[in-house]
Amino acid sequence: MPEQTIDLKKRRFLTQATSVVGAVGVGFVAWPFLSTWKPSARTKAAGAPVDVDISKLQTGQLVRVLWRKKPVWIFKRGAEALAALESDAVIKNLSDPDGSGYSKNQQPKYVTTNYRTIKNKEEVAVIVAVCTHLGCSPTYRPEPGAADLGGNNWKGGFYCPCHGSKFDLAGRVYAGAPAPTNLLIPPYHYVSDTLIRIGVDPEIS
Amino acid sequence: MKNKQSWIDQRFPLTKVWNEHLAEYYTPRNFNFWYFFGSLALLMLVMQLVTGIFLTMHFKPDSANAFASVEYIMRDVEWGWLVRYLHSVGASAFFVVIYLHMYRGLLYGSYKGPRELIWVLGMLLYIVLMAEAFMGYVLPWGQMSYWGAQVIISLFGSVPVIGPDLLVWILGDYAVGDAALNRFFSLHVIALPLILVVLVFLHIVALHTVGSNNPDGIEIKKNKDKDGIPKDGIPFHPYFTVKDTMGAVAFLWIFCAVVFYAPGLNGYFLEHANFIEANPLQTPEHIAPLWYLTPFYSVLRAVPPMFGSQFPGVLAMGASLLILFFLPWLDRSPVKSIRYRSPIYKWVLGVFVVSFVMLGWLGMQSVTPLNVFLARVFTVLYFAFFILMPWYTSIGKTKEVPERLTE
Amino acid sequence: MKIRTKIKLALASTLLSFSVLAAGDLHLDHANTDISDTASLQNGAKLFMNYCSGCHAIGFMRYNRIAKDLNLNDSLVSKHLMFAGEKPGETITTAMPKDAAKKWFGNPPPDLSLVARSKGTDWIYTYLKGFYEDESKAFGVNNKVLANASMPDVLWSLKEGKPEAEFDQDVRDITNFLDYVGEPAKLIRTSLGVWVLLFLGVLFILTYLLKKEYWKDVKYGIWRPRD
Repeated sequence: MPEQTIDLKKRRFLTQATSVVGAVGVGFVAWPFLSTWKPSARTKAAGAPVDVDISKLQTGQLVRVLWRKKPVWIFKRGAEALAALESDAVIKNLSDPDGSGYSKNQQPKYVTTNYRTIKNKEEVAVIVAVCTHLGCSPTYRPEPGAADLGGNNWKGGFYCPCHGSKFDLAGRVYAGAPAPTNLLIPPYHYVSDTLIRIGVDPEIS
Repeated sequence: MKNKQSWIDQRFPLTKVWNEHLAEYYTPRNFNFWYFFGSLALLMLVMQLVTGIFLTMHFKPDSANAFASVEYIMRDVEWGWLVRYLHSVGASAFFVVIYLHMYRGLLYGSYKGPRELIWVLGMLLYIVLMAEAFMGYVLPWGQMSYWGAQVIISLFGSVPVIGPDLLVWILGDYAVGDAALNRFFSLHVIALPLILVVLVFLHIVALHTVGSNNPDGIEIKKNKDKDGIPKDGIPFHPYFTVKDTMGAVAFLWIFCAVVFYAPGLNGYFLEHANFIEANPLQTPEHIAPLWYLTPFYSVLRAVPPMFGSQFPGVLAMGASLLILFFLPWLDRSPVKSIRYRSPIYKWVLGVFVVSFVMLGWLGMQSVTPLNVFLARVFTVLYFAFFILMPWYTSIGKTKEVPERLTE
Repeated sequence: MKIRTKIKLALASTLLSFSVLAAGDLHLDHANTDISDTASLQNGAKLFMNYCSGCHAIGFMRYNRIAKDLNLNDSLVSKHLMFAGEKPGETITTAMPKDAAKKWFGNPPPDLSLVARSKGTDWIYTYLKGFYEDESKAFGVNNKVLANASMPDVLWSLKEGKPEAEFDQDVRDITNFLDYVGEPAKLIRTSLGVWVLLFLGVLFILTYLLKKEYWKDVKYGIWRPRD
């Protein structure tokens, strides 16, 4: 009785069971292959925290360092520049001045609102120099009243040559610019009064 | 579903291909153990392509960095060690499968008419695969990579008249160096894999045109039912897809046991000296190619230099490969399968297998008078298998071949 | 079948010759190391950094990899294994300038990242224990494994005043550590392999049952729907 030897139910079950276990196996195999695309141990070692000595940094001066292959600005702001950051004249033109809107993930929790630095260390700003629009590096334009950037309305900041985004001296983006969010503040802390370590949060925030 | 299928079929012969090559490709039902190795060879090709693509992402084809970049893969790239071992063990496993696949051909006369072209395409595949494996072994830039390449490439230098210039042209330098590494890399990752894939395609097209041989060596197409379906055939899908899947999993079990517990197989899959970076100033005490190339290397060493040239040895090695192409025309036996051949053939095939294995073993040994003598004896036996084939296959009493498959 | 026996004979003789070949000319003591013995690896790492790393780099190895694999936290590593304020992600190099090394030893001491893979653990173990006095040599010692080795017997001070068995274990630990350094992935490779083989075993049973089920058609000659 050949017909009776075919158990379609059993056949279907075995086909499905083999397919499912086989698919799990393919997943197990895919994982290591996809993992090879993650940053390697060497890349991670090269992306280690970077120390910057700021003892010789003058007011208005800006230095660039590479952290994880990205440029980072470290620059010192004078009293006038700091006052501008808090002024209505600047704030009313910004798209997200207190970093609570679209820019809420653009800075660590421990930075202060208007200055976007660690508390009591407001003079020296640390900002990742990559435009949040399409990744160009904006130019440093600290001089207030620059004619090409809006004359009297310009209180100093950064200008992205690629698509014209403007940022203030705390890296906050001006309204109407193509860049959607403020510039990124990396994790950093002070090892000593004159040494900044970029890439590591402060121990107590 | 049905609509989608016909939409595609009007534009691409999907259902036709599926039926012709799987669902209505009728395969002899009595395939035994030896018939797993065809599909396993395809599996190994895919394995080598996929792992190779991922290794290429991390490897540096530069004589100053190649060795370190392999160690970088082994240590710094996440899971890089696994991908590399799958590739290095895969190379040897590929040859294990190919040798067993070819041996199956010898057992059941699969190369005999009307399958001559399948055999010739298969031999081309085998030779391209050896070139592919040889160039791949140069890439890690260890001592064995370097000196193995030096020795093998030097063979071209023994060609009369043009040899020295040919050698320099192949290397792009006066010795194996950065230029050679870079061009071998290109050939290994692009040119030869493309050729392999095309040849595999042709090999399968040729096979599906004439249909598979079987352990009885009977043409199942000679015995069809009223619908034109071979009486001894069964559709490849689902019967051989499920059977070959089972074979693949069993094979992968053994394969993974090697990958995880003996990836170097005590120097046979990864030679110890290859963990020392290439050094043009210091030859290792003992140079041998990897095991799958050693039978032919033995033939090379067995022939003494004549007229102050190593060229006769090179010719002998070339001949030992070329002669395989002529197998379909050397075999005069009226039957295909060893099951119905004369006892003489069984003995001769046994001697041939022993000769081939011994040549392979001798190719890994250092040169001693005894080894050279043995290599010469086995080289003669190796060639005798082919040269005497028209004679010994036409004598002796063959058994009667049945009409239908026996099991 | 005659052929089968012949093949078997050939295989057996081949395997036999392989094992004879593997034995080699020089007798090496069996290192008997166990890479899964973390305590041994930790001791080996400490000894290596104290006695060997002054001259020998292990340039493919990173400090933080050792920390992770040997269950040491970073501060322990920096205290016991790092001497010159290196960063945890850095590779383990040696402070010795190459030129000076060449002058002192004739050859710069080799990088030992892969010594266990090229020479084997038995070789390392026997070599480290193989020093004997030889006044004709620059350092007053020679080695039975590597004749005219240009390396002094640096473990001499470790051996001093120690029971033989304890020194043996120390040398074994250094060997074990170098085995690990030769292939750090060996730790995960051997522990993961069991699961891979188990998984494939389960998959094989399923595919076997599936094949058997489908092949009932062939067995009973009913694969053609019209039958």
